[in-house]
Amino acid sequence: MDRSNFATRSIQISFLAVLAGAWWLATETGSISRLFLPQPRAVYAAAERLVQTAAFWSAVSVTLMTIAKAFLIAMIAGIIVGYLVTRTRLATQVIEPIISGLFTIPITLFFPMFILFFGIGTGSKVAYGATYAFFPIALNTIAAFSNMDERYLRAARSMGAGRWQTFRHILLPGALPVLMTGMRIGFFICFASVLGGETISSVAGVGRNIAHAAELMESARMYAWIVFVICTSVTLNLIVYAFENRIRNR
Amino acid sequence: MSESAISIRNVSQRYGDAGAPDSVLALDDISLEVRKGEFVCLLGPSGCGKSTLLNVIGGLFKPTSGTCHVAGRLVDGSPHPDKIAFVFQESTLFPWYSIIENFRIALKFQGIPQSEWDDRAMQALKAVGMSSFASHYPDQLSVGMRQRVNMARGICVETDILLMDEPFAALDEQTRMVLGEDLSQLLAATGKTIVFVTHSLAEAVFLSDRIVVMSARPGKIKTIIDVNEAHPRSPDFMLEPRFSELRNECYALLRDEIRSTMAAQRDPQSAGA
Repeated sequence: MDRSNFATRSIQISFLAVLAGAWWLATETGSISRLFLPQPRAVYAAAERLVQTAAFWSAVSVTLMTIAKAFLIAMIAGIIVGYLVTRTRLATQVIEPIISGLFTIPITLFFPMFILFFGIGTGSKVAYGATYAFFPIALNTIAAFSNMDERYLRAARSMGAGRWQTFRHILLPGALPVLMTGMRIGFFICFASVLGGETISSVAGVGRNIAHAAELMESARMYAWIVFVICTSVTLNLIVYAFENRIRNR
Repeated sequence: MSESAISIRNVSQRYGDAGAPDSVLALDDISLEVRKGEFVCLLGPSGCGKSTLLNVIGGLFKPTSGTCHVAGRLVDGSPHPDKIAFVFQESTLFPWYSIIENFRIALKFQGIPQSEWDDRAMQALKAVGMSSFASHYPDQLSVGMRQRVNMARGICVETDILLMDEPFAALDEQTRMVLGEDLSQLLAATGKTIVFVTHSLAEAVFLSDRIVVMSARPGKIKTIIDVNEAHPRSPDFMLEPRFSELRNECYALLRDEIRSTMAAQRDPQSAGA
């Protein structure tokens, strides 16, 4: 188990090292224009300068707050709607296909409408991210509560469990793994939507800064931002996975 | 001695409305008295309504007509967890709770004060030799171990009546016999009244005081066979000629039922409903 785990990790790390090596090689030999892909050390220098500015931290906090608000709204709305839908079989049959159908529409198409309704500030990004993330959270909530094994409910009833006890000790823990999957997917959709929205049209935030650096052809600074976003995303992913595993193996 | 623990009078159970084409009469006018401390098996082909009858006794189903009294109380489609405990197949241990938590939750649902939970749980686990697995999760145990624990969960709530719905169906033959022996011993020690649903002939003969042989569609009581053998029963009982005779008697009764059920499944039109 440990040995194969070690092997997997080694392969994954080697893959990243090869990627970084290819980046270094391609830029050092000049086979790719440095305007499109600057050298690693140029990006590193730009990143070092970036983190020393106050603007950097204010952009990061704007984006993180936007993501947090969007996710919170999506989570609350998605779980409540999803749970209520599963209360009757008819509602599940009618509404589940509608929600999954709507989720196939690229909601990005409506982004201009979000700007029209909520303005160019953070409000439009909150609404956009929340709308996008609502769907996977609601769909997974429906799946989590409607696939409950009838045998557990029957056993609980035979033991004299009341309504609230059944929810608290049977329905909720039984649904939790799938519920967590929905929230993880929802969270990363939020993350991507907010950053994407900021890149397209906004006045502040990380996405705005990336777009701005690109407009000014300051590609080293743009890549410094992107590397920062990738690091944040990987870290958040690890945190969410650890949290999910903890809940699963409680 | 002949005090009645469960009294079933003229119970019928119909699924769907009478007259509707998909309506099924699962139980047809069943009457049965189960004495206190008795071990009764409901034996019959699949689809004969034996699980339905068990659910009626346990208050999980409300019968279409007829009454069922348990310890003098009318059971009318609502569970009586202070009197009746169910043991289902081993897969009804809640996988998100550890073994000890599974016991705590059963006792909590039943309304037992929290101070008694752990003592009772450990006592029941000791009785089936599983006390060292209290903090394991169900999926860390083998199927046989899980069913041991599941039986103990049914016992720890200390009801007078235990209803067991094919509890050993998922087990292999050997494990099934060993657990059957354990159950026979536990029964002798606690004096519980047990109604046990099975489709295994050997299990029915080995465990029961009386075997209720049921016929299929609509479910009726065909015969009741007495097994005069004291509990706890040793595996030697299985080697006695009487054991084989009883087993063969059950088989002879069931064979026709099973054939007619299979014929009905192959060709529903020609078999008289």
